[in-house]
Amino acid sequence: MAHDQEHEHESHVGLIWKVFGALSLITIVEVILGILKPKGLHLTIFLGTSLLNWIFLILTLVKAYGITWYFMHLKQEKAGLRRAIVWTTVFLICYLATLLLIEGGYIGDVMSKYTKWSY
Amino acid sequence: MEATIATENKEGETWSGGSKKPLGASYGKMMMWFFIMSDALTFSAFLGAYGLMRFKFIDSWPIADEVFTHVPFLHGHFPMYYVAFMTFILIFSSVTMVLAVDAGHQMKKAKVTLYMLLTIIGGLIFLGSQAWEWKNFIGGTYGSLILQDGKVVQFVDASGHQVALEDFVTKSPANERVAHTKSNGLWYVQDAGALPPFTTSEVIESFKNSPNISLRTEEVDLATKHKIILSREDANKFLSKATGVVKGANLKINEYGNTLFADFFFFITGFHGFHVFSGILINIIIFFNVIIGTYERRGHYEMVEKVGLYWHFVDLVWVFVFTFFYLV
Repeated sequence: MAHDQEHEHESHVGLIWKVFGALSLITIVEVILGILKPKGLHLTIFLGTSLLNWIFLILTLVKAYGITWYFMHLKQEKAGLRRAIVWTTVFLICYLATLLLIEGGYIGDVMSKYTKWSY
Repeated sequence: MEATIATENKEGETWSGGSKKPLGASYGKMMMWFFIMSDALTFSAFLGAYGLMRFKFIDSWPIADEVFTHVPFLHGHFPMYYVAFMTFILIFSSVTMVLAVDAGHQMKKAKVTLYMLLTIIGGLIFLGSQAWEWKNFIGGTYGSLILQDGKVVQFVDASGHQVALEDFVTKSPANERVAHTKSNGLWYVQDAGALPPFTTSEVIESFKNSPNISLRTEEVDLATKHKIILSREDANKFLSKATGVVKGANLKINEYGNTLFADFFFFITGFHGFHVFSGILINIIIFFNVIIGTYERRGHYEMVEKVGLYWHFVDLVWVFVFTFFYLV
């Protein structure tokens, strides 16, 4: 218990700057890829979207992990609280996003036949 | 039975949930997490709806790199740089916030004060940047023509880059007129908004006189992910359907293409900006509480930690908005 107490008041400044460095680095990589848009990644479709988009999505999730775990201190919370927050939210968001995107793609397929691009 | 009956009756403890701390989290912290989760789902719904509409119009959605190209004090085409700066500012203000929380754990009042102040300044810079981004989007860059069925056509040069209307359209003095308002004409008719810089016929006439300018539709060639540029012959067919000149974007009309893009941009970045705004207000309240020693007397700085959670959440949302609006 005494150890725990000590642990809580220990400064994490070094770790905070490390996380900041990682988040900045990821943002810089995202921006460079976003400006260059390498053809091989941008035009190759994998599971419904381009490889580049998958890279952006994964990097974003890594950033979200950094922010929630280290800035919002989820890492230091009890596992029960952390799971209650993360699993619930992640499940509901995945559920919602999957249905909406599938539906959007379907409407697009149906509708595009009726959109006129010549006069 | 004891577990279900609130036996503590101490003054002021009802609102902090008594002495019980389920999962090691205080009442206030737990409730902040409840709020953050519900807010996260609200934002997911917005971004999900954006995704739905984007997939629905996958073959004609505006390309973000061509929309957000402004950098202060510079003219030209600079995609992404400014929004990357905004992202960086918000992440940095998150860092100062977490440093404030860290200093709070060690009961260092002076440090908490400094870091809270830096966080507030970071928030204000972000909000100012967003206002500037909105101003550019509302004001528009190039201008385009709208067709009778609501489609938008833009003008490009030989290299495929967009050309501003000012650069090739000549204004004919005969069409010069001032906006019709209630005070200067018939009281029951007026122009809906500011007059577009040129009339439709001026643009069409100038297009016919500029052989090096081409017309571009909203349609995206999915193989190259570029907007399709029309032949001269097709361009004239499109122009015969033109009904108006569009400069800039608002909730009803959008020079960059699909109006839904503008609607979602205003709604999602606006809702996020409102969160930043309220975050700054709460930060300021906590900042003054730190200065007058409220938390020093209370014996802990948990309030800073709770407002910190909210502030980090705002940053977290921006990370996703950045991805889905500017990158993907």
